[in-house]
Amino acid sequence: MNVGSARLFAPAEATTTYRPNLEGRHRRGHLWRVIFQVSTLVGIVALAALLYTVLDDSFGLVAVRNQVDPATLAIAGTPLDELPKEQLVELLGENVSAGLMRRLESDRPFAQRSRQDVYELVVERVVKPEIVATWSLSDSLLARGAIAETVAEKHPGAQLQFRSWLSPDFLTSPQASTAAFAGVRTAVLGSLWTIALTILVAFPLGVGAAIYLEEYAADNFVNRVIRTNIANLAGVPSIIYGMLGLAIFVRGLSGLTSGAFAGLADPTTANGRTILSAALTLVLLILPLIIINAQEAIRAVPSSLRLASYGLGATKWQTIRHHLLPSALPGILTGSILAISRAIGETAPLVVVGASTFIAVDPTGPFSKFTTLPIQIYQWTSRPQPEFRHIAAAAILVLLAMLLSLNAGAIALRNRYTVRS
Amino acid sequence: MIQTAVTPPTLVVAPSPAEYAIETRDLNVYYGSFRAVKNVDLAIRPRRITSIIGPSGCGKSTVLRALNRMNELVPSARTTGEVLFHGHNLYHPDVDPVQVRQRIGMVFQRPNPFPKSIYDNIAWGARINGYQGSLDELVERTLTQAALWDEVKDKLRQSALALSGGQQQRLCIARTIAVQPELILMDEPASALDPIATLKIEELMHQLARDYTIVIVTHNMQQAARVSDETAFFMMDDDRAGYLVESGSTKRIFTNPRDRRTEDYITGRFG
Repeated sequence: MNVGSARLFAPAEATTTYRPNLEGRHRRGHLWRVIFQVSTLVGIVALAALLYTVLDDSFGLVAVRNQVDPATLAIAGTPLDELPKEQLVELLGENVSAGLMRRLESDRPFAQRSRQDVYELVVERVVKPEIVATWSLSDSLLARGAIAETVAEKHPGAQLQFRSWLSPDFLTSPQASTAAFAGVRTAVLGSLWTIALTILVAFPLGVGAAIYLEEYAADNFVNRVIRTNIANLAGVPSIIYGMLGLAIFVRGLSGLTSGAFAGLADPTTANGRTILSAALTLVLLILPLIIINAQEAIRAVPSSLRLASYGLGATKWQTIRHHLLPSALPGILTGSILAISRAIGETAPLVVVGASTFIAVDPTGPFSKFTTLPIQIYQWTSRPQPEFRHIAAAAILVLLAMLLSLNAGAIALRNRYTVRS
Repeated sequence: MIQTAVTPPTLVVAPSPAEYAIETRDLNVYYGSFRAVKNVDLAIRPRRITSIIGPSGCGKSTVLRALNRMNELVPSARTTGEVLFHGHNLYHPDVDPVQVRQRIGMVFQRPNPFPKSIYDNIAWGARINGYQGSLDELVERTLTQAALWDEVKDKLRQSALALSGGQQQRLCIARTIAVQPELILMDEPASALDPIATLKIEELMHQLARDYTIVIVTHNMQQAARVSDETAFFMMDDDRAGYLVESGSTKRIFTNPRDRRTEDYITGRFG
């Protein structure tokens, strides 16, 4: 028998009942371990690639050319950035059309604007810095010399500067038609409003339904059909929910979702394409997920706990309230986090429901028209100009940060409620 | 014994010198179409320990759970016949099972304390049943009754799950007596414990028998002989339905059984 040195001791007499196979068993075990390691590695590489692409586009060199040289705007030797507010307003009046001045005045009277605000207007409307070329982070770091040569050759008069597309200005500016001035404030607020409303409606509904199905519903044919179909609903493509939302919330219930029933309708929307419609559509989308996860969590509570509670003369509700829910809560929260993360990233159903693709007005409540971050990103990536690719990447970073902080908050909440044993 | 402030109206009784604490008449329990227990007429004497013995699957636990309507938590279970408690049929439509379970407490096979503090384990049952006295006092009294006070008095706020198995089971007994039942049902309360913890539980049962009626299901015949005053012997029929063979004082059952099958079982010829 050739079993090699791995065999430490041989049976007293050769046996034919057992074939020596220890090495083979170890080898197979090792093979599986390698396979699992590779799958983990593939996942990590995919994630790293995603992050790399996003970061690569979020930062980098840009070539900026001013249409008007700021030096020529100096008045009596005082450079542009030191001029007082009054002279800046004058300067603006001389260089832009009267119509634009009237519009700016009606947006906010110049008397009320700060000097900084007016200065920015002058830069935006008069100096008109224009990004003529952009480069990715990796190119900017590795081929700076070549880039400088290209700029000198193709864009004379343009200045090369390093730009972080993700900047405080980017976070606080509303949408704009030029990439350099566009920001994500409107989209972030839209996303926050939508997701807050979604959580508010979906969580209690989902957990309530799960409690009913697990604890109250009899095990009969109708309830079995319902249970099975909730699982099926979780697999329905999200665009279908968008069409459902369009039919029910935007069209059917437009009186409710536009706020007209309470006299709150925004005259510019008034047709149900509001944050409320979007949130309710997302509720439909994630409700099955929340219900299924909550059911699992409730089912995982040991029955001994139930028996102990009933054995002391507790009613069904007391048992649920004091033992079942506290024990199931960490599991319920974990499932809900996953569902809500999905809702944050949803784009397709919101497009169908009628998210605005260009909107510069912040949402002020459930009845505002809206856009969300994923939609903003989608819209920017579909623009032909290369600058929009960079702000889309920066917006993806914002979306990731939002997702991570929401998850971190939910995990902290879950840990607080986890029963320490 | 102190009566709770909320005395259940349908089960109200003067502590009459009743001969039996609880009595079953023609009790049958079905799980779906399967009859688990058939035609049981069993009478339990008050302030005694009655043990239910018999081979596996003979319906001992089912009979025990029928006494406080715990079987109803199994969706397919159905019970026929009567369980008389102070002359009232517990299965009468007007009787609330929640009230039944408060008056007839239960201790389970595996210790199952709530994942709460030791204090809350005791206080919770009393609180939900509307206890109006001092909870601190109640906790101390019941833990003392359960012979656990000295071991846990300094860590009442700690999780009950940190206790040993035997301590957990005594905590479960304390939790049960905190809602002041008349009857305590114990479903193999020591089968998951080591011999020393088992001994402590048995001592505790002896003490509790002064105030409470105790019914215990056990696999262990030595335990039944050691601990109980009365014994009921169950067996399984050909159709796998459990039935009562005979019952009587433990001494008589173990020394002079009337039925041949009882003798065979206690002498270890089967089971």
